[in-house]
Amino acid sequence: MATTSTTVPSAGPFAGSRSLLSRLRDGDEIARVITFLFAASVVLITVLLVFELWQGSALPRHRFGLDFLRTSVWDPVFDQFGALPFIYGTLVTSAVALLIAVPLGIGAAIFLAELAPLRLSDTLEFFIDLLAAVPSVIYGLLGIFIIVPLMREFVQPQLKHFLGFLPLFKGPAFGLGFLTAGVVLAIMIIPYIISVSREILLSVPRDQREAGLALGSTRWESTWKVVVPFARTGIIGSIFLALARALGETMAVTMVIGNTPIISSSLLSPGDSIASVIASQFKEATGELYTQSLIYLGLVLFLLTFILNGLARLMIVVTSQRGSGTVHA
Amino acid sequence: MNPRLRWRKFVSAFMLSMTGVCAAVAVSALFFILGYLVFHGGASVNWNFFTKLPAPVGETGGGMANAIVGSAKLLFLATLIGVPVGFFGAIYLAEFSGTATAFVVRYAADLLNGVPSIVIGIFAYSLAVLPFKHFSTFAGGFALGLMMIPITLRSTEEFLRSVPVSLREGAMALGASKWKTIATVIVPSAYRGILTTILLAFARVAGETAPLLFTALGNRFWSPGWRQPTASLPVAIYNYAISPYEDWHRQAWAAGLVLLGLILVVNIVARGILSRGIAVSRS
Amino acid sequence: MKRTVGIVLVGLGLASFVLARATLSITGAGATFPYPMYSKWFDEYHKKNPSLEINYQSIGSGGGIKQVTEGTVDFGASDGPMTDEQLKTYQDKHGFGILHFPTVLGAVVPTYNIPGVTASLNFTPEALAGIYLGKVTKWNDPLITSVNKGVNLPGDDIIVVHRAESSGTTYVWTDFLSKVSEEWKSKVGKSTAVKWPVGLGGQGNEGVTGTVKNTPDSIGYVELIYAESNKIPYGNVKNAAGVFVKASLTGVTAAASGAVKAMPDDFRVSITNAPGKDAYPISSFTWLLIPAKISDAAKRDAIKGFVSWMLADGQNYTEALSYARLPKEVVTKEKKALSNIQ
Repeated sequence: MATTSTTVPSAGPFAGSRSLLSRLRDGDEIARVITFLFAASVVLITVLLVFELWQGSALPRHRFGLDFLRTSVWDPVFDQFGALPFIYGTLVTSAVALLIAVPLGIGAAIFLAELAPLRLSDTLEFFIDLLAAVPSVIYGLLGIFIIVPLMREFVQPQLKHFLGFLPLFKGPAFGLGFLTAGVVLAIMIIPYIISVSREILLSVPRDQREAGLALGSTRWESTWKVVVPFARTGIIGSIFLALARALGETMAVTMVIGNTPIISSSLLSPGDSIASVIASQFKEATGELYTQSLIYLGLVLFLLTFILNGLARLMIVVTSQRGSGTVHA
Repeated sequence: MNPRLRWRKFVSAFMLSMTGVCAAVAVSALFFILGYLVFHGGASVNWNFFTKLPAPVGETGGGMANAIVGSAKLLFLATLIGVPVGFFGAIYLAEFSGTATAFVVRYAADLLNGVPSIVIGIFAYSLAVLPFKHFSTFAGGFALGLMMIPITLRSTEEFLRSVPVSLREGAMALGASKWKTIATVIVPSAYRGILTTILLAFARVAGETAPLLFTALGNRFWSPGWRQPTASLPVAIYNYAISPYEDWHRQAWAAGLVLLGLILVVNIVARGILSRGIAVSRS
Repeated sequence: MKRTVGIVLVGLGLASFVLARATLSITGAGATFPYPMYSKWFDEYHKKNPSLEINYQSIGSGGGIKQVTEGTVDFGASDGPMTDEQLKTYQDKHGFGILHFPTVLGAVVPTYNIPGVTASLNFTPEALAGIYLGKVTKWNDPLITSVNKGVNLPGDDIIVVHRAESSGTTYVWTDFLSKVSEEWKSKVGKSTAVKWPVGLGGQGNEGVTGTVKNTPDSIGYVELIYAESNKIPYGNVKNAAGVFVKASLTGVTAAASGAVKAMPDDFRVSITNAPGKDAYPISSFTWLLIPAKISDAAKRDAIKGFVSWMLADGQNYTEALSYARLPKEVVTKEKKALSNIQ
């Protein structure tokens, strides 16, 4: 996709250098300034948030420093706090969620954009968008009532039976745990991928598709090798949205993850995530070190998101050298 | 037909039907959830639900009228705060900014998006509750608005960028200034996607509980104005679902159903009113 | 058309600012355990005093303490008494103190799911501590079987369930275990959230109930109300007098009466492992946290009025919701303490 930033050259008698006032009279400059202010406010809010998190976590930062990231003990009674199990849990559940939601989501988006008649596509999209509206508390409850028993009685024993030799599926099947949390998250984030990807795919110009077909490709080849790459950045943008949601989801995860701060290679093991433990313990946390350690966890999640986003962008830039269209990270 | 072509045709048919399966899975998840809510809460969605205040446990006839109105007020405020920031910010990114600024702003938006809803709640608490020494509808709307910003910003930008160059150049060729091009050509042609985004962001925050716990708090009664704590559907669901009473559980499911229903209605109405029948996509 | 819609919307918006009412609104927040009781009380009281709206929200005991200290709510509520440190923080911040007023009593029970066992099991404090420390690992451990003659306990592993999030229920449970087990006290301690040596986390009383119900060979601790309304088996606990008591409203009130003699004037007392042969050992008060000085005279009178009512008529509503009423001695003491609110 070609870049789209074009500037309208100043035409007319005031071409060249202009005074501030005359520039302001030009609607474009006002538009630029106003929209800039809005964009800047986003950065401002984020910076303010980090600042608040930084201030609010002063005590544990001085007490534990970076050891916070390396230690695994979380003991509110004896004032020992370490973030490692929560970092692990956040990464694992998000990874599981993406592994499930991305293929499903992109597949569904392709179907809705390329195959389904527009009416059907719109109707189905309505319903899929509703998935984003289901309160996270309800997802948590459905997780407890339906998914956890399903996992415990059926899915997990089957996984152990067939794939139990892998360290991924060792240990008792409680139903609660990383895998279940990942599955619940996947359902929660899929509407973002489908919704945005579908619209992006719909906006790919018809001549692109037809060019592919004209060259003798099958419908699938034209879709997968021409249309989807054209829409690549939009689709990846939707995955960013989904990832962010997965990283930060609190209520639903906290109800099905087992709330045990341990690190285990098994997906069947109970665990905990950063967002989940903050939601669990913040309301009742008393004592400055305890409360501030939870805020410190929030800061750590921020750092994690920062790094993950950076890695993902790097990956995009690297892989786009050979791809079609320019990329904006 | 040569074998290679047969294979490619087979792959094509197979993969395309797989995408159908993906869509079916996604949609059936929703129908399953809807069905569950209807089954468990359908009976409790009655006239009382929409018109009465909550009754204490053991008494029938209570409703969630204040939570419904409260959610409406909160979402109204959230949209007022979140959508303009996201929308105009996206216009800046897509139309005016250089790559460096765009990179920074996008990054910031993605980071903001990843912040757990409870941390946003804590943040809004320190900005909008603590200085004023009371919980309020305003603080709740502020927290939810913050959450709407990143989704709106990132996706709107994508849709603005997806407008074909030919349209922009056409407008320029006719002598339109930049902002006119944006307002009359680019935004209208991307409007479908933008509307989808806004509705998605709206749906997302409509179901959030954690940010409201520290900002709007909750209210058993009506909440006049914007400076009092207010009830809301997600918080009501949360409170009722974790209680030990069957009747409250049923009301929680009913509230979930009503919330989904309201989002659906907003979706339909928004698309209906704002639809101008411009068929640009799928051309 | 669009213009009229716009005008109507703006009108509504302005109206929402202007809507003034003659009601007095009081906001309180805190403990989740007494939420059903408090919501019943405040509704009943509102019926008697229609111009008074007391809005109570359950955000957790810690939240209640925090918010009343910050001054964002008019009163707080907590399942665990405020510590000296917290009292000092409040005093330093406001220049006056904060008072505790017990409202009702609750019990925490050990609930279990053992295939084939329908009887009410007996648990000694040592057994409970051992199970939660991870030292008693099987159901047929002598510590359990020795007091449950006649019950066929399997040799299965015990799956321990605890609360995932911070809660007053955990506070009461760990308070009890700290009193009866030196090892628990030194290794784990008592708090709304602890580092559990073993076990799975369930979210809320509901979550623990659900997990235990669905997991064979599991044990968990929940508020009495949840065990009763979900009809799950819960065990008898040996109290300080050596009697195995099944949790009941009378047993809980007995525990409070037993502890009354040693009750300090500020009502901050733990009644776990209370003396008395009828006392249920894992009981607890829950308190309202009311500032000692309320500058708004209308609010002060309203709050004091409510507490008086709560101590009298209010107590009659408790049994129906499975809460235990306050013993007479405590009620008398509280009535006197009301005058401390200036």
